[in-house]
Amino acid sequence: MTWNRKHLLDMESLSADEIITVLDTARVFKAVGERAIKKVPALRGKTVVNLFIEPSTRTRISFELAALRLTADVINFTAEASSLKKGETLKDTARNLEALNADIMIIRHSATGAPHFLSRFLNASVINAGDGAHEHPTQALLDTFTIRERKGKVEGLNVTILGDILYSRVARSNIWALTKLGAHVTLCGPSTLVPRLFEQMGCRVTYDVEQAIANADIINLLRIQHERQRKTMFPSLNEYTALFGLNKERLARTKPDVIIMHPGPINRGVEIDSEIADCGRSVILEQVTNGLAVRMAVLFLVNGGQGPQEIAA
Amino acid sequence: MSEPTVILNASALQRALARIAHEIAERNDLSTDVVLVGVQRRGVHLAQRLAGFLSGIWGHQVPVGSVDVGMHRDDLGRQVAPKIHPTVMPFDISGRTVVLVDDVLFSGRTTRAALDALTDLGRPKRIQLAVLIDRGHRELPIKADFVGKNVPTSLAERIRVVLQETEGQDVVYLEKK
Repeated sequence: MTWNRKHLLDMESLSADEIITVLDTARVFKAVGERAIKKVPALRGKTVVNLFIEPSTRTRISFELAALRLTADVINFTAEASSLKKGETLKDTARNLEALNADIMIIRHSATGAPHFLSRFLNASVINAGDGAHEHPTQALLDTFTIRERKGKVEGLNVTILGDILYSRVARSNIWALTKLGAHVTLCGPSTLVPRLFEQMGCRVTYDVEQAIANADIINLLRIQHERQRKTMFPSLNEYTALFGLNKERLARTKPDVIIMHPGPINRGVEIDSEIADCGRSVILEQVTNGLAVRMAVLFLVNGGQGPQEIAA
Repeated sequence: MSEPTVILNASALQRALARIAHEIAERNDLSTDVVLVGVQRRGVHLAQRLAGFLSGIWGHQVPVGSVDVGMHRDDLGRQVAPKIHPTVMPFDISGRTVVLVDDVLFSGRTTRAALDALTDLGRPKRIQLAVLIDRGHRELPIKADFVGKNVPTSLAERIRVVLQETEGQDVVYLEKK
């Protein structure tokens, strides 16, 4: 059992042991979700704030339900309907929420490092629910959980992440988590969105989709993030689909037991063919179920982690 | 640390469990109503052994489940999060007589948490408590129905239960902290 952290800010600073602790804990919480009474009193009397400065549906709902199933009180804060629009700073907003005795603050922000910034002056625990193109640790944890549950292990597996890597916090967090647990990560997509620089994180980079998927045990598809791209990074969505989209023909040339993952929201007909999204090898909806269990585990662990921060080797 | 005292050796431990099993059988006329639920982790092994004795007495299998109290403890948030283990209940406890099994009864807080955890899983007809060691110092109004051995202790001492299933031998020690 390895967990002394007050915050969950990124995957980069977690050890393999800490990742395994979250995954093992999540397995037990998943079973809670399968019972008639899906609620446990672990966070009774605690207040959880969902501080979402950037829009999100599934992550916010997943965290909200996770907190509710742990019997915490939940406040949802969205930027659109808030004093941030009236010129309040993030720091002041967070301090005001903390003045309501919030115990855990879950933050999503378009700026890299926003959760780390909050963790420096808040007494509450801070959980990163996505900061810019930097990290999205609970997504990596739920992806790793799904792989481990489906394949029985992570070590030694070939994981291909296909799509917009450059702007993807999901990719970065996944790369950290998977490489720490001993998986072989291949990145693939248009060269403008998959810089060679990622090889420094211990990944293989290729621009040939056939080569990327041939030996993959897992294919994790990422959405093209129009909203983050400063200018067009490739000629057209149609061209992207033709060169990198996962279709029936390409799927036929993969390992028979490959599993298809996607963090959602999926763009049917762009990065993934509609029928593949719904086929037996797709675990996209399992990821959603597992996300709830993983977030319950994270809330449970940071609530307890009031000891000194342990810098794990 | 001074030398630990052995308070139950392997054969005494086995005899204590056999006696508890007979007491459970004596107390519960309708044997098919009874299910055993071990508290993670040592209670689960003890529950399995009791089920072995009971099936010998009753001539039928006795279902065994396990319950983890980690999510129901009253000290969460005061210390590092506890390691949690699976709660496995392959049967409905509603309407059954649940014999909750744990290794050591001390403050009673674990039992309290286990009772809450069981409530989340169904509504048993009754719950009875079986423990290998009762060391006293209760902080809650909880009492065991079946006790292997009562051991008066001081708060400066602790009980260490070693079981065949996990450590390769059966023995219970009383140690100074």
